[in-house]
Amino acid sequence: MRLETILASAAALSIAATGAQAERGADGQLNLLYWQAASILNPYLSGGTKDLEAASLILDPLANYDEAGNMVPVLVTEIPTIENGGVSEDLTTITWTLRDDILWSDGTPLTAEDVKFSAEYCMHPDGGCNSAAKFTDVESVEAVDVQTVRITFSVPKPFPYGPLVGAMSPVIQRAQFADCLGEKATACTEANFNPIGTGPFRVTEFKANDVVTLEANPNYRDPDKPAFATVVFKGGGDAASAARAVLETGEFDYAWNLQVEPEILDAMAAAGKGTVVSSFGPAVERLVVNLSDPDPSLGEARSTVAHPHPFLTDPAVTRALSLAIDRQILVDAGYGSAGKVTCNILPAPEMMVSTANDWCMTPDVDEANRLLDEAGWVRGADGVREKDGVRLSILFVSSVNSVRQGTQALVKQMWQAIGVETELRSIDASVFFGSDPSSPDTIQKFYADIEMYTNTFDGTDPEKYMANWQCGEIPSPENQWVGSNIPRFCSEQYDALVAEMGKTASLEERAALARRMNDLLIAAGAFIPLVHRGDVSAHAASIRGVRMNSWDSELWNVEDWTRAQ
Amino acid sequence: MLSYTLRRLAFAVPTLLAISFIVFAILDLAPNDPTGSLPLTIPPEVRADIRRQLGLDQPMPVRYLKWCVQFFWNEPLALLERWTGVSLGAAEGRLRVISWSTRAPVLDLIVERLPQTLWVIGMSYVIGVLIALPIGVISAYRQYSWFDQLGTFVSMVGYSVPTFFTGLLLIVAFSIKLQWLPSVYDTGHRVTDWDSFWFQVRQMLMPVAVLALYNAAQISRFLRASMLDNMDQDYVRTARAKGLRERAVVWVHVLRNSLIPVVTVIALGFPQALGGAVITEQIFRINGIGQLLIQGVYSADIPLVQTLTFLFAVMIVLFNLVADLLYAVLDPRVRYD
Repeated sequence: MRLETILASAAALSIAATGAQAERGADGQLNLLYWQAASILNPYLSGGTKDLEAASLILDPLANYDEAGNMVPVLVTEIPTIENGGVSEDLTTITWTLRDDILWSDGTPLTAEDVKFSAEYCMHPDGGCNSAAKFTDVESVEAVDVQTVRITFSVPKPFPYGPLVGAMSPVIQRAQFADCLGEKATACTEANFNPIGTGPFRVTEFKANDVVTLEANPNYRDPDKPAFATVVFKGGGDAASAARAVLETGEFDYAWNLQVEPEILDAMAAAGKGTVVSSFGPAVERLVVNLSDPDPSLGEARSTVAHPHPFLTDPAVTRALSLAIDRQILVDAGYGSAGKVTCNILPAPEMMVSTANDWCMTPDVDEANRLLDEAGWVRGADGVREKDGVRLSILFVSSVNSVRQGTQALVKQMWQAIGVETELRSIDASVFFGSDPSSPDTIQKFYADIEMYTNTFDGTDPEKYMANWQCGEIPSPENQWVGSNIPRFCSEQYDALVAEMGKTASLEERAALARRMNDLLIAAGAFIPLVHRGDVSAHAASIRGVRMNSWDSELWNVEDWTRAQ
Repeated sequence: MLSYTLRRLAFAVPTLLAISFIVFAILDLAPNDPTGSLPLTIPPEVRADIRRQLGLDQPMPVRYLKWCVQFFWNEPLALLERWTGVSLGAAEGRLRVISWSTRAPVLDLIVERLPQTLWVIGMSYVIGVLIALPIGVISAYRQYSWFDQLGTFVSMVGYSVPTFFTGLLLIVAFSIKLQWLPSVYDTGHRVTDWDSFWFQVRQMLMPVAVLALYNAAQISRFLRASMLDNMDQDYVRTARAKGLRERAVVWVHVLRNSLIPVVTVIALGFPQALGGAVITEQIFRINGIGQLLIQGVYSADIPLVQTLTFLFAVMIVLFNLVADLLYAVLDPRVRYD
């Protein structure tokens, strides 16, 4: 090596070491690989998380969540609170103050009118906006002046940060989408494919369901960022080959959502070309217990509250089922670094986590057997327990996914040890999670004894999530099976806690309420939590600045990403 | 011949209408749902609104009729407008077939994707045919020779090993171990000079090889069998008896007659090759028509799946006609009028 090159590389190293930001676009191209391709860049009309992630390169919300779940101001000067006067004392209004230096990528300034318009766009009843729930109870959104937006709620909102916070509800440009309100939303292909944003990048070419190419936004608020001049957001294929393209062949810099068996992922990571990163949000893989009777002979009344389940309503049974499961085995077999054992339906944020259910952490087959014996469930000739002619025979359903089928098989074995018979079924995800009221196989209909899937919530506030399990949310033929209380759990005490949370502003008290609700659900046997699931992605060894985030888009801080030389 | 062609085309219309209805009915009965891949945090009421916005609350016959109007009337008009630049009026009111997952006209998506599919699939088909011809001819001419045995072995392997396996095998060998070829196809790549042309060749090499092996195996078997049938015919003996050179006998007389059934196989096989390349496109992320179909199925994008499936049906009907016409061209004994 010649002396000059050594000196030059030493100089380059020292620049990198001091952390001095290179200028905008100095690091060339960033190649992202999402095995589900982006279909649309308007998050309000998207059909899945991948579209939100792609759009987060272009569009910004008022505030983001960082990797610890804290809100960070993006387009605003600060996060409004009661202390700084941004949130009114009666909890019905929140006032955001926009930064005055934000330009859209076409060079026009961001104003309060754009923010107001974004809310109107999503709240339009005929728009089919998928973030509509974030705008629940919003009475009005007003542009007080060019820099100030005031959102008024019809009821007190202890957590008023739903609208326009996080990747699901960013601010879109009024000038571009003005003619796209309501039913006309679908006709605006050009705007939906090339939204003008305030984010670090802007679209140069969008091929739906294939690839998005982007370039640095020349009007981005920080003149030194982003470090990458162009981004390629490629889609297609499957998770395992996406991991391979980053970890083994090095063709791509970042691969998203690598739900791959841990042993395969570990083998790939051993090639040393990249790093596997994971982060944990509130997602829990859980067994949902049907507290109503799914017996087909009941006909229309199947899986409705009119008929309690013959054995799953017995807390001894659900507790025994939970104790019999060795969750660590499930984590090791299916999740690796992307999973942790959990006994709670609400596993994060930290302050909300209950410790009352930690008995389930260590499996105890003897104790489970003892509980069942005590409750009068005795083993029959074939080893399956029964009482009064009711056999402990469970139909256990989940979606088609190799990790889930592996978990199902393991759980079946574990339950065999306590005299419980299990029949396994798996249903294609688009059917299982679909909401077609005529399909018998949806999670809402619950024509099975136990279902397994993951549920989670957006942001850090669990109020809406915990409100899912009120009596009024139970799906039934009367409400066309629309409802989120899948286990059909119903308790006055629980509903009272939900109502109380809706009035409580103090964070500590809210956390205490959330913990109590969590404990009520577990004690009633409505859920058997299995695995606290993280998100797993991989990035090339040369990429710096990735802060894996489960509370927002994984690309939330892409403007800070750089490439080490 | 012309009247025959017209008659066949006229017959195709009711067939295609029936196909489109059956496809629509099957898709309607399929229990998947366009809101199925939305995050679970989105509440059911919002999902119901989205389904309503997509028009899913209407009864099935109404939706089918809407699709028919959009596909058979509005779409051709839109195409015409684009090609001629002439406005036919009231374009605002004419709804096109809109894909649910992208909210873009389905035909625009298809037009965008056709080039890469045609390049890769078409190229592999052409190369497959070029490989199959000599193998088929020589295998038949020297039946049971070592060349024939080898040819039989290779085509059996090509025929029976699925493309998703050969594809992965090639990726492991050439992308991971040797790192010679890219494993992900860059659909945005433009050929502007020799370097970019070379890159295009490199990224097409593996998918084309996988599909060409499969196609060649199939066609060479047909050609070999057909050649063997013709080899003992009287006209071959006559050709030899009148003193033609062996090369002329085989490559002109026997091959031409043997090609008649093979040409139909090649013509009929093309639409199948397009549809069958779905898996290969998925493995190499070519993101052509096949991958579009797969993604449509996953996201329950019914207008997209309906339109694509119907276009496949149209192609099969058309290529059937082409095969029949070619038959008449190659074989003067066949007359349709």
